[in-house]
Amino acid sequence: MDIYLPIANLSVNALVMIALGAGVGLLSGMFGVGGGFLTTPLLIVYGIPPTVAAASAATQVTGASVSGVFAHFRRNGVDTRMGTVLVIGGVLGSLFGAWLFRLLQRWGQIDTTIAITYVLLLGSIGLLMLREAVSAILVARGRRAAPPRRRRHHPLVAALPFRMRFYASGLYISPLAPLLLGFFTGILTILLGVGGGFVLVPAMIYLLGMATSVVVGTSLFQILFVTAAATMVHATTTRAVDIVLAALLLVGSVVGAQVGARFAARARPEYLRLALAIMVLLVAGRIALGLGWRPDEIYAVELS
Amino acid sequence: MSRAAWALALVAPLLTAQSKPVLVPDVSQRDIEIAYSFTGAELLLFGAILYPGGRAPAGERPADIVIVVKGPTQSITIREKEKVAGIWVNAGRLRYRSAPSFYALASSRPLGQLVDARTRAIYELGLDSLQLSPASAAPTDVQDRFTRGLVEQRRRAGLFYEAPGAVELTDGVLYRARVAIPARVPVGRFTAETFLIRDGRVLAAAVRDIDIRKSGFERFVAAAAQRHEILYGLAAVTLSVLLGWAAGRFAQRG
Repeated sequence: MDIYLPIANLSVNALVMIALGAGVGLLSGMFGVGGGFLTTPLLIVYGIPPTVAAASAATQVTGASVSGVFAHFRRNGVDTRMGTVLVIGGVLGSLFGAWLFRLLQRWGQIDTTIAITYVLLLGSIGLLMLREAVSAILVARGRRAAPPRRRRHHPLVAALPFRMRFYASGLYISPLAPLLLGFFTGILTILLGVGGGFVLVPAMIYLLGMATSVVVGTSLFQILFVTAAATMVHATTTRAVDIVLAALLLVGSVVGAQVGARFAARARPEYLRLALAIMVLLVAGRIALGLGWRPDEIYAVELS
Repeated sequence: MSRAAWALALVAPLLTAQSKPVLVPDVSQRDIEIAYSFTGAELLLFGAILYPGGRAPAGERPADIVIVVKGPTQSITIREKEKVAGIWVNAGRLRYRSAPSFYALASSRPLGQLVDARTRAIYELGLDSLQLSPASAAPTDVQDRFTRGLVEQRRRAGLFYEAPGAVELTDGVLYRARVAIPARVPVGRFTAETFLIRDGRVLAAAVRDIDIRKSGFERFVAAAAQRHEILYGLAAVTLSVLLGWAAGRFAQRG
């Protein structure tokens, strides 16, 4: 069932796109990540131009995070104050990211930058998650004593001025720290088409020291608004948002996300984290290999 | 045989050579509309060769037909990847003011048997004879390398190709060829040039235009994205929020 994408200017198999969305949605429901880190590379592999892939993936992540945000709101799992600071940082970051995107496009280095950023981010975060998940599994099996829980923010965060209280997160820290974190993920959203959940969640836990009960909800809150802002930024600058492609991905992913969420409720969380870590590392490894292998196309043509 | 008949037989080829044959080309579709189910199109290019005598002159080698379908020209930048510090990055680049976005050549026989390199260059016949105009100054060998790179890239994408033998000739006066247009072509005005070739010379040429454009919903979406970018962005965000919310509600109830 082929369908023509009016912005990407090519026809794709609609069922493949819906299936891709469903697969990514399943993972996002299971692990609480947006799944953009999988959508963008897969779309590029399918032959969608990288800019269109990143822009439309950002739109899809918005839809995937909506139902999660509502669910977390119902059980008071969102620190709106912290979320608002993150969103402000994220919107500023996405504007800066749009400028960076154009600059890199002019230099012809956007594809390489996207690939290297993916490898560094996914590689480091995947390793962190892997280590954490393995030790959690060992603890659960009783092979090792649980490490003492310490929930403290990073010393650098404590050194920042203008402290304020974030009650739901149980923190008294400077808003500059979440602002910078939001700014950084905003850049990632524009460049990579990812929500940035896989960066936000560890940073919230290990850098800011937020209460874990509000971490996922607040990260989804920030992702919802920042990916929506990123869609607007792409729509007005690169004009690469393909609404037909986004709709196909969405139909699959919103359904997949619900299925994934039910599955996650039954599975053991440390094994889920282990699976996510392995998958993240596989994606990073695949992209890293792609950088070193001789590419099929030495020459790339772009309109100027 | 009488002397008059001898004289006529000698003069006849000269007469036909002076009054040249004319091509009457046509194409199955003057307009191609891209709709949601567009997966490419197949054009039937056909026509007649009108010889002054009404039929192909006897005793001569039959003429050949070459049809070139070209897409709208684009101003492009070609980037060349090189291995730097272990990874492949874009290193060199060359800009072209005008390069065809699509180039398909169908001929009744392989091009090498029809015309020499000089004629190919004049009429831009064949993928190795494309006249691209580089906008950046570069040595000839570099330009050639990038041009070959462009042709190879587009050939793999199905946008540039040669189909020797794709033109069928009937009784030396009627011809027909099928040319496939892939879904990835840009919209705009395409041209179909037909050449009549004999003994390495182009005897006649004719051009037909084909317009490819988006229609209906596809045109609406593309135009909205260009002209009303803020509304378009809002529509995309609204769509994703609504779909996500609806799925959440549905799952809750179910």
